[in-house]
Amino acid sequence: MIGSNERPLTKNIDPSRGALDMDGYERAGGYLGAKKISSGMDSSSMLGMVKDSGLKGRGGAGFPTGLKWSFVPQGPDSEVQKYLVVNADEMEPGTFKDRMLMEGDPHLLIEGMIIAAFAIQASKAFIFLRGEYFESERCLVKAISEARDKGYLGDNIFGSDFSFDIVMHTSAGRYICGEETALLNALEGKRANPRAKPPFPQVSGLWGKPTIVNNVETICNLPGIMANGIEWYQSIGSGGDFGTKIFGLSGRVKNPGCWELPLGVTIREVIEEYGGGMQEGYSLKAFLPGGGSTDFLTPEHLDTELTYDAIGKLGSRLATGTMILLDDKTCPVGMIGNLMKFFSHESCGFCTPCRDGLPWVDSIFEDFERGGGTHKDLAILHDHVEYMGPGKTFCALAPGATAPLGSGLKLFKDEFEAHIKNRACPYKH
Amino acid sequence: MAKVTIDGVIYELNPENNLLQECLSQGLDVPYFCWHPCMGSVGACRQCAVKQYRDENDTKGTIVMACMTPVSDGAILSVDDEQTKAFRAGVIESLMTSHPHDCPVCEEGGECHLQDMTQMSGHNYRRHDKKKVTHHNQYLGPFISHEMNRCITCYRCVRYYDDYAGGTDLSAQASHHHTYFGRFEEGTLENEFSGNLVEVCPTGVFTDKTFSENYTRKWDLQVAPSVCVGCSVGCNITPGERYGTLRRVVNRYNDEINGYFICDRGRFGAHYVNSESRIRGAKDASGLSIAVGDAEAKLGVVMQEENVIGIGSPRASNEANFALRSRVGAENFYSGHSDDEHAALEIIISALRDEAFHCPSIREIENADAVLLLGIDVTNVASRVALALRQSVRNLSKNLAQESRIPVWQDSAVRELAQDQLSPLAIFSVGATRLDDVATFKVNLAPDELLKAAVQLDSVISGESVDGSHADIGPTPKCLNQISEALLGASNPLIVCGTSAGVEMLRVATNIGHSIRAQRDVAVDLALLPTEGNSVGHALMVREGNTLGEAFERIAKNSIKSALILENDLYNRAPSAKVIAAFESLENRIVIDHIETKTTQASTLLLPSTAFSEHEATFVNYEGRAQLSFQVNDCGTSAKAAWRWLLDEESHSPDSVISKCSEDISDFSKLTECLPKAGSLVAGMKVPRQSHRYSGRTAMSAKANVHEGKQAVDKDSVMSFSMEGVYPQKDASILASPWAPSWTSNQSISKFQSEVNGALKQGQSGVHLLSRCNKGFKYKVEVPEKTIQGLQIFPAQHIFGSEELSGHAPPIQERMTDAYAAISPKTASEIGVDAGDFVRFRGSEICVEVSIRVLVPDAVVLVYPGNRAAGVHFNFRDIGRSQILERVETAPEKIASTRLGLSQLLVNDLFGERG
Repeated sequence: MIGSNERPLTKNIDPSRGALDMDGYERAGGYLGAKKISSGMDSSSMLGMVKDSGLKGRGGAGFPTGLKWSFVPQGPDSEVQKYLVVNADEMEPGTFKDRMLMEGDPHLLIEGMIIAAFAIQASKAFIFLRGEYFESERCLVKAISEARDKGYLGDNIFGSDFSFDIVMHTSAGRYICGEETALLNALEGKRANPRAKPPFPQVSGLWGKPTIVNNVETICNLPGIMANGIEWYQSIGSGGDFGTKIFGLSGRVKNPGCWELPLGVTIREVIEEYGGGMQEGYSLKAFLPGGGSTDFLTPEHLDTELTYDAIGKLGSRLATGTMILLDDKTCPVGMIGNLMKFFSHESCGFCTPCRDGLPWVDSIFEDFERGGGTHKDLAILHDHVEYMGPGKTFCALAPGATAPLGSGLKLFKDEFEAHIKNRACPYKH
Repeated sequence: MAKVTIDGVIYELNPENNLLQECLSQGLDVPYFCWHPCMGSVGACRQCAVKQYRDENDTKGTIVMACMTPVSDGAILSVDDEQTKAFRAGVIESLMTSHPHDCPVCEEGGECHLQDMTQMSGHNYRRHDKKKVTHHNQYLGPFISHEMNRCITCYRCVRYYDDYAGGTDLSAQASHHHTYFGRFEEGTLENEFSGNLVEVCPTGVFTDKTFSENYTRKWDLQVAPSVCVGCSVGCNITPGERYGTLRRVVNRYNDEINGYFICDRGRFGAHYVNSESRIRGAKDASGLSIAVGDAEAKLGVVMQEENVIGIGSPRASNEANFALRSRVGAENFYSGHSDDEHAALEIIISALRDEAFHCPSIREIENADAVLLLGIDVTNVASRVALALRQSVRNLSKNLAQESRIPVWQDSAVRELAQDQLSPLAIFSVGATRLDDVATFKVNLAPDELLKAAVQLDSVISGESVDGSHADIGPTPKCLNQISEALLGASNPLIVCGTSAGVEMLRVATNIGHSIRAQRDVAVDLALLPTEGNSVGHALMVREGNTLGEAFERIAKNSIKSALILENDLYNRAPSAKVIAAFESLENRIVIDHIETKTTQASTLLLPSTAFSEHEATFVNYEGRAQLSFQVNDCGTSAKAAWRWLLDEESHSPDSVISKCSEDISDFSKLTECLPKAGSLVAGMKVPRQSHRYSGRTAMSAKANVHEGKQAVDKDSVMSFSMEGVYPQKDASILASPWAPSWTSNQSISKFQSEVNGALKQGQSGVHLLSRCNKGFKYKVEVPEKTIQGLQIFPAQHIFGSEELSGHAPPIQERMTDAYAAISPKTASEIGVDAGDFVRFRGSEICVEVSIRVLVPDAVVLVYPGNRAAGVHFNFRDIGRSQILERVETAPEKIASTRLGLSQLLVNDLFGERG
């Protein structure tokens, strides 16, 4: 193990009991970070602190959070109304980390939102929650009401001149709503199509006002940073990234789940120490390191540190940090096909390569599954990796889909060939 | 200007625009779908990909979407790059995965943007062998057919219909490759500009149903540049003909007037040309057909008398009116407008001569940043103006975008930024209007109160003190102050009023214009809108005092035995009793018209004239702009252009009549400038009305004669009834239907524009006849004292029905309603009637259905008189200004048998159940 044993995100989470209520959370040291807004800390120094902490967005893109915030126009000439939006539409295949945070310690999220809102001077925030997360909704609604009762939300919170409140929005549930501008459109009651950037939401976001959209986990990092300082935060993690991250495992490991670990932990540690290694009779063939829209890595990469840079250098992405493992008894073609069906269905239908490219890819995988795949089909799949790649589409959905597709076509060339040759899936017949 | 290198050639491009628009302006072929010249960019289709290089050393480059990329100085780009070409072909391949192979039976074939772009991208062979996605089609009303399987999901339809035209009943539904564009349930598309979907859709999803019913390929249509006579705007259109019938009308680009869009009255109303009510031959007093020679002889006999009077027409061309005026003498030539309409026209014309004002074109109306609409439901009177006003309220969002450094062509970003913030639009009206949804201020009052409120506004604008005693009924002083501040603070304030608002309101509109003008250095935009296609042109020919009422006076004095009535139904212009009295004292009632009316039925000699597409003519629009409309086809009957009945045919041509008119009447001195410029023809060859692919020339007449007939010769025009000749290269005003290599659809227009959205190359946009040399004055306005008992009557206007001609078009008839009396719920309960009951105007036989509307002011009745061509109708002038309504137990039998009902009524304030 590297770094410290600090678990700022999950320290209050105990599966044997429900989430801490307001009193319990405060007794555990909660709201100390947020209370700094009434102890003379101004918004720009709070923003500066987040910037200096090196916190990167945990939603997938890994963009420095403080830098993102600094694009919000401030000062007397700026738009008065600003918004904070928490992206809780967790729908990346294989990802279930935000749910754990919201159900396990909802006050942590609320405290983080107060900090973020103060830093960007937003008087109102929305939690855009995945519709299926009923339990998260229940926990959050309860926590928000407790915070309101206590005066931590509403007018002049903590006795400062800062007023702030949170609106809970349960979404209808679309993967595309994880794309921050599509999320904003959905929140406005429009079709969940992404918006053109520029303008970025920091300048013209929700209802045309400056808006910051952050992932749940990103926000949950803030109370710790505020309460314990930058030095403490940067003492956690290695390999150029700071703080902890929730890493998850799904697939045929003995102990699938998710754990808060310092950034920089190796893949092997997560799989072997926390996941308990592969189940008996299964060996690891490959894995997606950060959810469904990342490139496959193989066992030879097991000793790589889980940092944004290190995984990036291998040609994949850390993204949500939730790994999907492929074992030797599961058909990789079937696995990719399953992902393609998901992405195809979740395309918003706005731009051509994604809307019409993915269904074609999906139907080819269906043919492979039935044993009808051909070399012509294989060529079409290869073409689509290029055709739907980064820069060609309106947003990152289709390029995300090409990550497992492109890497899978290379890595599992033999398996694809075997499907064509056998006229059937070799794992089933 | 920015210097940009594209495939090694350096271009100077406008940095305000995106790359796609600038590439098209330079004449480069870059394929696209979702971008539209006046709707900006959204980046959906990904078809306009080009390669951008960082610098000279960058050999790899990045694919960018031209429509989403701003022009930047020093940029290095490639359209021809192989990787980019492959990507563009890939986009077509994608779009084609579910597109049916139905081009041979698709109405769009031959003018399909998707066909053009497919060929341009180089995608040829189908690799997709999976199942296609299919959709259900919807019934969308009498105008538009729906074939969703052809959809390529470019989102243009909803961006046009909802975002641009303000429609609410077409939407994008479902998602991924099941995205569907339609209504929430089957039913008529309600927006007044729905027909433009046909031209906005890049393929055959939305097609012209009226055209499909009598279909011909674009290349088989005989076309000519024409001008719509549906209202006073004068939109440029291209009618298409085959086998002697008018098949369809499409928009013809004019950068100052209609741009890319026309209204549904213009597009579908022109089908009156094929109506069964057309007059195809001369008839005598007993209604029997007579030969042309006999008719001419009869006319000749009558014309030998002294003092034959002529009554002109606001729907007839300048040439027809002028010929009548010449034939009977200016002193005997009378207005064909009703007397109040004539008085209104006098105010309009005097405003057109007033140096205090500028009468804005449609394009200029779009640039207004504060608008005052006085007493007119402009969507139903001069629809194209309403579409322009809908764009004008977006000027604020464009300013906001510029402040936020968002390019104005970033369509969705600009809309997102501004949300519902709009430039000020103040609507003073009696009842609801179709622009209420974008109004910042709405003053809804009874006619007399409305007039008072407008007078008050004028006082506020001129800084006079306002009598506050009125505030309990009319707009608050605060509201008036805000409107005043908006108008005075704007850089392009605009006042819009029309003849349908009444003479006094037009005076107030002019007065307000003067009050604003007194506080600024430049002329004020004032658009005063008559209702008909040549209202201004006709009024300019009428001598002072020669009103229709005056004509009736003269007839009544028995000094007149004969009258010539030109293309006009006098029963729409004066109370029936007066018309009947005049007709009874006239011995000879000679009527020239192309469509049956109550007046033609009363004629002693009926002479058939040609409709707008069957002759060359000029018309003058609300701006005083004269425009030339070419003949499309020969009418094939004994009908001839009205002037030919009146002037010596042998010694005249359309051009010579135009010349003579410009010599004789000083206001028309510039009319000849409408004519094609000398030297506009290439090597003296005429401009063909038929495309170079026109088929069936020898077969078309084979049923009558197996020999190939001689081509019809058009000795009068620069155009020929032929496929031979040379397309206009020097004068785009003779350009009927754009076509360029690789561009068969209407999108080819960019090849004829000086730049995208610019003027046509060497084209003309008509000629402004009047010069502003008068110093105007403020009118004294008479606000009527409220002494009258009963209800105040105000005319309701309808895009489908409030006009003589389009009502004869079958598709328009499907959208028309019966005559009705619309009253507020309170008024209804006072009278004791419910919606659907019938009421009689006390003291008359007129009996109409009641429509109850929430926004009609109390004690007011909005009266729609119906249309003579279909349904229940009456003469609006047979009821007075103020009336008492009485409930009728059962509708008269005649009404029951001709009922259309009120189900097509398009109002947002209907009380209770519809119709």
